[in-house]
Amino acid sequence: MSQKYEFSFPVEGENFDDAGKVSVEIKRLLKGLGITSDILRRTAIATYESEVNIISYARQGNINIRVTDDNILINIQDSGPGITDIEQAMRQGYSTADDRIREMGFGAGMGLFNIKNCSDSFEILSEVNKGTLLKILINR
Amino acid sequence: MTLSEIAYLLDAKVLTGERYLDTEVKTAFSADLMSDVLAFAKPGSIMITGLTNPQIVRIASIVDNSAILIVRGKIPPDETIALAEELDIPILSTKYILFETSGRLYANGVVGCIKKIEGPESVVPL
Repeated sequence: MSQKYEFSFPVEGENFDDAGKVSVEIKRLLKGLGITSDILRRTAIATYESEVNIISYARQGNINIRVTDDNILINIQDSGPGITDIEQAMRQGYSTADDRIREMGFGAGMGLFNIKNCSDSFEILSEVNKGTLLKILINR
Repeated sequence: MTLSEIAYLLDAKVLTGERYLDTEVKTAFSADLMSDVLAFAKPGSIMITGLTNPQIVRIASIVDNSAILIVRGKIPPDETIALAEELDIPILSTKYILFETSGRLYANGVVGCIKKIEGPESVVPL
């Protein structure tokens, strides 16, 4: 019998103290669904990086997760400034982070690259001044 | 090495997670960049860092680090310790600097959780 679970988590921009909280919760929830540790880890790393991106660059965002027997689909949508040059943003080491982000140990320009590494399929849709949507698929 | 052997070797204080001192640690990842920990640390490795904010605990929980070893004598704020207790992540603190800490562990058989980065070199635009 096939099962499907859906979760949605709001993430508040600029809330640096709570960075990572949602992803820790996501990992706990998915663990409860019996997701194996490697998949669990990749999913949580992808959501953590996305969460930090929302907090760092957007006013507000959402992490939506759909779990089926075959895969985990993560859609991350934010109402941030958008990405002007996606190819550049994907490069390791490229970052537009400010000091608050760097003090937390982020802003090294690894985020999107890291998310891609954890994904079996990864897509970015972004519009300047409107926001960004990341579609991350991880096969179980 | 076990966490208690690591604590002894580095004259480290165990700030939380006493009950996990028998945990065996074979690999480590040293970094002050949490993005790099997310990218490169492997499950079971010990995170060695100079950061003390609560994010280090959340990151350790995400990547399945066996423990966090804080260097340069820093003591984390109470909220970091409280979160570590909640998420079952042991925290040790040593006065040795990052280089000395890593070297001493390596000399005692703990190795990096990866040796070097595979693939093309990262491009950092000036």
